[in-house]
Amino acid sequence: MQEMMIAKAKELLGSGAVNRVLGWKTGEFVYDITPAVFTSVEELEKDFVYNDFCGNNLSKYLIKESRKEGKILAFLKPCDTYSFNQLLKEHRILRDNVYVVGVPCEGKTDGETLKAKGVKGILGIRTEGDSFVVDTLYGEKTLAKADALPERCLSCKSKKHMVYDELLGPEGEVLDSHRFDMVEKIEKMTPDERFEFWRGELSRCIRCNACRNVCPACSCEKCVFDNDASGIAQKAAADSFEENMFHIIRAFHVAGRCTDCGECSRVCPQNIPLHLLNRKFIKDIDTFYGEYQAGEDTTTRAPLTNYDPGDVEPSIVYGKGGKK
Amino acid sequence: MQRIGVFVCWCGSNIAATVDVNAVSEALAHEPGVVFSTNYQYMCSESGQNLIKDAIKEHQLTGVVICSCSPRMHEATFRKTVAAAGLNSYMLEIANIREQCSWIHKDKAEATEKAIILGRAAIAKVQLNAPLTPGTSPVTKRALVIGGGIAGIQTALDIADAGFEVDIVEKQPTIGGKMTQIDKTFPTLDCAACILTPKMVDCAQNEKINIFAYSEVEEVKGFVGSFTVKIKKKARYVDPVKCTGCGECTEKCPMKKIPNEFNLGLDTRRAIYIPFAQAVPKVATIDPDHCNMLKNGKCGLCAKVCSAGAIDYKQKDEIVEREYGAIVVATGYNPIKLDDYDEYAYAQSKDVVSSLEFERLTNAAGPTGGTLLRPSDGKHPHTIVFVQCVGSRCSNEGKGKSYCSKICCMYTAKHAMLTREKYPDTDVYVFYIDVRSPGKNYDEFYRRAVEEYGVHYIKGMVGKVVPRSDGKLLVQASDLLANEQLHIEADMVVLAAAIEPDKSARPLATMLTASMDTNDFFTEAHAKLRPVESPTAGIFLSGACQGPKDIPDTVAQAGAAASKVIGLLAKDKLTGNPCIAHPDEWMCNGCSSCEKVCPYGAISYVDKEFRMPDRTTAIRRVAVVNEAVCQGCGACTVACPSGAMDLKGFSNSQIMAEVDALCKM
Repeated sequence: MQEMMIAKAKELLGSGAVNRVLGWKTGEFVYDITPAVFTSVEELEKDFVYNDFCGNNLSKYLIKESRKEGKILAFLKPCDTYSFNQLLKEHRILRDNVYVVGVPCEGKTDGETLKAKGVKGILGIRTEGDSFVVDTLYGEKTLAKADALPERCLSCKSKKHMVYDELLGPEGEVLDSHRFDMVEKIEKMTPDERFEFWRGELSRCIRCNACRNVCPACSCEKCVFDNDASGIAQKAAADSFEENMFHIIRAFHVAGRCTDCGECSRVCPQNIPLHLLNRKFIKDIDTFYGEYQAGEDTTTRAPLTNYDPGDVEPSIVYGKGGKK
Repeated sequence: MQRIGVFVCWCGSNIAATVDVNAVSEALAHEPGVVFSTNYQYMCSESGQNLIKDAIKEHQLTGVVICSCSPRMHEATFRKTVAAAGLNSYMLEIANIREQCSWIHKDKAEATEKAIILGRAAIAKVQLNAPLTPGTSPVTKRALVIGGGIAGIQTALDIADAGFEVDIVEKQPTIGGKMTQIDKTFPTLDCAACILTPKMVDCAQNEKINIFAYSEVEEVKGFVGSFTVKIKKKARYVDPVKCTGCGECTEKCPMKKIPNEFNLGLDTRRAIYIPFAQAVPKVATIDPDHCNMLKNGKCGLCAKVCSAGAIDYKQKDEIVEREYGAIVVATGYNPIKLDDYDEYAYAQSKDVVSSLEFERLTNAAGPTGGTLLRPSDGKHPHTIVFVQCVGSRCSNEGKGKSYCSKICCMYTAKHAMLTREKYPDTDVYVFYIDVRSPGKNYDEFYRRAVEEYGVHYIKGMVGKVVPRSDGKLLVQASDLLANEQLHIEADMVVLAAAIEPDKSARPLATMLTASMDTNDFFTEAHAKLRPVESPTAGIFLSGACQGPKDIPDTVAQAGAAASKVIGLLAKDKLTGNPCIAHPDEWMCNGCSSCEKVCPYGAISYVDKEFRMPDRTTAIRRVAVVNEAVCQGCGACTVACPSGAMDLKGFSNSQIMAEVDALCKM
């Protein structure tokens, strides 16, 4: 696939259809993948990678990139296309300046997950059937994907690209995922158990802001947490209240806009399952307002931020015992 | 730092009896920024207002907090007061220590403490107040009246009389409304048509009045002073200019078996029809659901007989866009459907009729030519039972209405009286819960029915009506005063059905952003002091759309609504509300969240060039609020993810300051 993508990128750069390419490159270590913009064939040949570590969602980078001169080629995984659509809906990406090439994804692992499985000295990775074959200093190691994928990929919601100009590989399908299983489990806890669960998780927060910085829904020109006038800026995770409130405020801010890409949990250095907060919102929206998946398209209106002339007036809702 | 003056009002004993006003003014005197604090018996009185004005000048106040009644009561009064003393009128905050404090507390110590806290919150807010200046907007000197019944007609005539243009939009083919179906009117018993039809003709002939009959309001945009309304003129398939209303077509049309709405289905009409002889406009209308030509292209008889060549089978619905300064809602009422009332055998027997059907059965222009005949066999009825409050004052939710329909007592008395007068051989019973006759000459009217006309008024409800095979209706009822069960063999039963707002009212209310109560009656801005205005500026209420009303009340309210409209249209410019939303363009993402929650369509977006901190130039999409359209509801400020949208006069920081002050004990 990597070769096909490089060939496609060269072709489009060569023809002048695009002047930049958004993809991934390897950092210090092979599993240390960074999103990168390539402007020449030489750069592409030298650095461009697409492998089982390329989990980074590239869509958020297009907010800035699509506003630059010329057109950019962006390789998007199915997951990333949801974010892309949502950002289009919010007018954050200029669609005309992006050429989207959909690339398939069979689940992306990362160094952390592999290391946790006892794999050391990682030199490379490839997929063979349902397994990852990891090349290490100590020889090849084979791991079943079911053991070596993060939760977000195990409960993948879709292999289908929601938007693309061109597709490399076969068209995928929307999956019947079990992504709400864990949410249901937490829902079944008593309030005290649930509070303890989240205290246990959130107490580890070091307020590094990685979750916010990577989140495609957190694309504000000025985040409330950076805005002195908001009253919540510059707060440190100094006490349990601050630890809790940061994540709760963030979950509210992205509610109805979160596409459940799972980047927040991927980048969390403390391994807090942050995506579960957002999933709870998604599940509640489905329950109360009907099935809604942010990023599925660019035209439907989000249930939480929509005024419809048919909306029931609050006085009527309460007057009739809360029934709609 | 502001220099704040605090003024605590006693409101006579309304506040002072429950709140220690001295303690309040003393406590608030020590709040940060407060340089003057006092209390007075009636702050809203002239001497109270002078006290405020003098203090502003003497102490160079920059902000004023008045602890008094609800801002809905006297905010406007006190805004004028502070403005008269040279202060911006939005440097005033009111702490409601009456409705939300003294009136709801019994314990003086508790109420005093709460009044102090409410005062503190207002002081915290006024610290952050900034002077605001309202904008002005022009007034389109034309009014729209929605509904062409007696309410709409009277409102339109009164507005036109003052020299302003008025459009009436009526969904039926003719104006006139329910009153056209009524035979006589209480309490004077003059003929409804005789007093209504001249007004209908006046409307048609008044050059200031434009009637859109057989039309509906499709869309309303804009705000007080300049509404833009799309009106759908439904296709009549008849050219209203060419049609002379001769009625030739309505006699030749072969489709004869269509239930006649005007007579409530008691007789039939043709597929091309004129609702009644005095219709305005007197133009035929083709019913597309029944016309053979429109349905399958066969027939065309009406076009052949029309000497004026007015028939146009290709006519299409037409959308007209018009501008208005004010809108009057006069959508009226309908009797509720009685099909579910099996206990009264309404759906089972033709001889059980609603009161409006009874009107048609006694009307000279009705299906029986005015002779009261039983619908089942056309025979003269000898015993008639009237049942009141059918669906009114009903505790059973889902069936019926909780409110009193107000008009039924009087029209039932009228029906009973007229029946006895015309057919003295008829026995007439009226079953009632209470007889309500509080109007001029109303009780006298009802007493006449009982005393002079010998109508049997029985306090109690009918439990069951059973149609018998011999054509009689067996009425089982209780007489609560005599404490006995009654069994009456009746020939007819007349049900005084509850009335409800027209079904078109709710979607219309949504279009107008006018509020409604749980029964879908439009709510007035103030139940006592602003009874013909909706809380939405520029929207006025006329007639039964606001609540059940008889004709005298409707006409009175129609005139009142007209005078309010005239007062508005007479102005050249309107002063807006400066408490509106505004975006911080530097923080705005241009994400459209605010636009999607705005009920008024006040938000749009522009691509604007910005000099960025890194000295580059960027074009960013940012929100723009139309200051004339924004009503300051604040929905956008909540939807905005970055907090870029804020409300002037109610900014996020002001609200937070209030909350902080409330929580600081």
